[in-house]
Amino acid sequence: MKLTVNGMTHDVDVSPDMPLLWVLRDELQITGVKYGCGIAQCGACTVHVDGVAVRSCQVPVGDLEGEVTTIEGLGSPDTLHAVQEAWIEHQVAQCGYCQSGQMMQAASLLSETASPTDEEIDDAMSGNLCRCGTYPRIRAAVKTAAAKMGS
Amino acid sequence: MGKAAKIARRSFLIGSVALAGGVAFGTYMVRKPHDNPLANDLKAGEATFNPWVLISNETVTLIVPHADTGQGVASMQAALIAEELDIEFGQFETSFGVPSAAYYNTAMAGEAVPFMPTDKSFAAETTRSVMGGIIKLLGAQVTGGSSSTPDSYDKLRAAGASARETLKLAASQRTGVAVADLTTSGGAVVFPDGTSLAYTDLAADAAELEPVVDVPLRDPRTWRMIGKEMERLDVVAKSTGTMTYGIDLFMDGMINGTVRMNPRKGAPLNSFDATAAEAMKGVRKVLQITNGVAVLADNTWTAFQAADAIEYDWAEAPYPAEQDVHWDEVAASFTEDRLDSQWRNDGDIEAALEGAQIVEAEYRAPYVAHQPMEPLSAIAKVAEHRVDVWVTHQMPRFALQQISAITGHDETQIHLHNQYGGGSFGHRLEFENVKVAVEAANQMRGTPIKITFSREEDFAQDFTRQIGMSRSKGAVKDGKVIAHDLQIATVSSSRSQMGRLGQSVPGPDSQIVAGAWEQPYSIPNFRVRAYAVPELAPTSSWRSVGASSGGFFSDCALDELIHAAGADPLEERLRLMNDDVSRKVLEVVGEMSGWGSPLGPNRGRGVAFVLSFGVPVAEVVEVTNTDAGIKIDKVWVAADVGKVIDPVNFENLMQGGVIWGLGHAMNSEITYSDGMAEQSNFYTHEGMRLNQCPEIFVIGLENGSAVKGIGEPPVPPAAPALANAIFAATGQRIREMPFNKYIDFV
Repeated sequence: MKLTVNGMTHDVDVSPDMPLLWVLRDELQITGVKYGCGIAQCGACTVHVDGVAVRSCQVPVGDLEGEVTTIEGLGSPDTLHAVQEAWIEHQVAQCGYCQSGQMMQAASLLSETASPTDEEIDDAMSGNLCRCGTYPRIRAAVKTAAAKMGS
Repeated sequence: MGKAAKIARRSFLIGSVALAGGVAFGTYMVRKPHDNPLANDLKAGEATFNPWVLISNETVTLIVPHADTGQGVASMQAALIAEELDIEFGQFETSFGVPSAAYYNTAMAGEAVPFMPTDKSFAAETTRSVMGGIIKLLGAQVTGGSSSTPDSYDKLRAAGASARETLKLAASQRTGVAVADLTTSGGAVVFPDGTSLAYTDLAADAAELEPVVDVPLRDPRTWRMIGKEMERLDVVAKSTGTMTYGIDLFMDGMINGTVRMNPRKGAPLNSFDATAAEAMKGVRKVLQITNGVAVLADNTWTAFQAADAIEYDWAEAPYPAEQDVHWDEVAASFTEDRLDSQWRNDGDIEAALEGAQIVEAEYRAPYVAHQPMEPLSAIAKVAEHRVDVWVTHQMPRFALQQISAITGHDETQIHLHNQYGGGSFGHRLEFENVKVAVEAANQMRGTPIKITFSREEDFAQDFTRQIGMSRSKGAVKDGKVIAHDLQIATVSSSRSQMGRLGQSVPGPDSQIVAGAWEQPYSIPNFRVRAYAVPELAPTSSWRSVGASSGGFFSDCALDELIHAAGADPLEERLRLMNDDVSRKVLEVVGEMSGWGSPLGPNRGRGVAFVLSFGVPVAEVVEVTNTDAGIKIDKVWVAADVGKVIDPVNFENLMQGGVIWGLGHAMNSEITYSDGMAEQSNFYTHEGMRLNQCPEIFVIGLENGSAVKGIGEPPVPPAAPALANAIFAATGQRIREMPFNKYIDFV
């Protein structure tokens, strides 16, 4: 079956039950998307499907409708997305493993809500677990990214 | 404390590092440097000056041998070298290097000796020095115990300085300009006329020279980097999805797989039926390994599905099957025959308690899992004369021993490629992932095998924090705390951990009473006794180790006494404090938090102080008791590490430590039923999420004489500060973690 990831079309020969997460990681070797829990408890696997954040561990590839964007497609070290710029400015990452999902969730939030309130940030971001405890920096970076995107 | 006579009665213990008995050594052996592993396969024209600096005609490579699992030690180590080497971030590459005795950890010694961290007496310092010598002899390359910064601070600056002076000598010899007239800047030797020669251009010349050693370190007032805000080396990669963790690696011809081991940890697999699994599309092999199976498939997901499809007959657990029995065993351990050691006995506690009105309390701390965001994984390839393993590991030389025992290869034939880790919190001090990958690869020689643990398997096989209880009695008089008798009983995570390596731990385990016995309080009558609970379920080092429970026990018990005395929680701690550096930390957190200023109704403040890993940390937590439960509003935290290397990373780690401590105190425990952990994923062992996260204000002080690490010390005071705040807001004393057994959180 065919799927489009970060603007490129791929042909994969896998079971339609296989979660998008594992198609991306093991078949396409797109590893910015992370396996964390497999049951939508941590958000490390968050990608965009047509611009909306989804947990890729919960999307059977056979049910996928739309174009997939992963953290690599959001922006690269040379062409950073505003969210990534903000993440770098605030030096959010410690281990960094959850941060791809955090940034994809934040980018999705900001595309819908340009200037989220504290409560909206908490609501949108609380499904993304960070075991290192970078939450204060995540909050600050979301606000910085919102300001960047607004200007 | 700290009398020489006491040393003889106690044998030494390194918190979480093996110390096999019977090491004989003399001064010469201790002084002798370990071989530089970089010199082993040096290419023509490459220069190495010490185990940390390698320069070719193209690249400067700095070796950062402490494992970076998110705490930022790769950047910290590089910055210490770069400060003296006069090279900027962006001008060099880093490598974790090969496992080597040259990278032994001297700083672990401070935690290993039975002296108060505030004890700077001759006996204490001499014993620390001897312990340092033993660790050097063992070549113990360990990342843990918040020791990376203290271990690196002088050593890596000296390495940078030595390389710099050798490069200057090379430039002098090539040009005839006197060394005294040369300076260095931006990765180059600079001549008086302003021209320069890059270090890479000097590599071949420098390679011919004996390194210049014993170079004086620079005056801290001239530092360019240390103490100033830095951009971590990994921050761009970690913000763009381009950081490669161990779990992200692919090797040519590699087969993906997973593992399923007896969830009754350590017990065998009696039998299994893999008929259905082997018939599944995409399944390549089901291999029997120690206590379980490895399932190899076209992709990790198929391997997970196949592992689920196997029928297993697991043997019974080698420990009590039900949690109640674990608790009963802990509760039954406050006996003379289980007394591990009496760590402190100031004044006359028996006389002080005689006839006094006794304040008693019993506290509990449960098993807790590590569960870093990156699940355990490892890649192994076993060939006839060579083994390669790609993994994140905090004790890579011990890993070589484990691998050698499986494959029979000599350790010199085993190549461990250390990787950036997606968290650890102590999880990557263990070897299960390494062993299962090597066992599978050993049956598939020549093929790289990647084993990825499912989250559920990671939970099932996690060697948790120690379980424990405390019982305390105290007395107050005239508004003051005058007696505190604290007994702590835990399983020994040190003995459990070292036992899996076939090592015994001689002497008492200081971790049972860490965060308790060594607190710098002058309570007139103060006794601390440790009781060792016999091994139950296997345990290991969990971020802040013994102090994660000991700090909770000791600070909350003290808080109860202070309230019984009718004293102010901050003022009475300050009055009892006998260490100036620690007192300042408490004073500062009081000022930051506006301690003493009025709070509205249903609100409360709690303060806690715990000295651990040589770092005094004080925290104030402010809560509101709402209709929906306790809301944590704000946290203030102050610590003294002697020198803050990077204020940005320091703040991040302090906040993270507070969140770790609070989150697990609120809602996390591992319990056993039928010999298996009942919690299998994050929904039953959650830690803190963003919506519960308070504002956290951080101050780092630099009054301490020694430079210390900050990965763990913010954790121990978090739970008691929260419990003390809840008491202040509600009048309810919560004496058992997780607190959500007793109270709701917003």
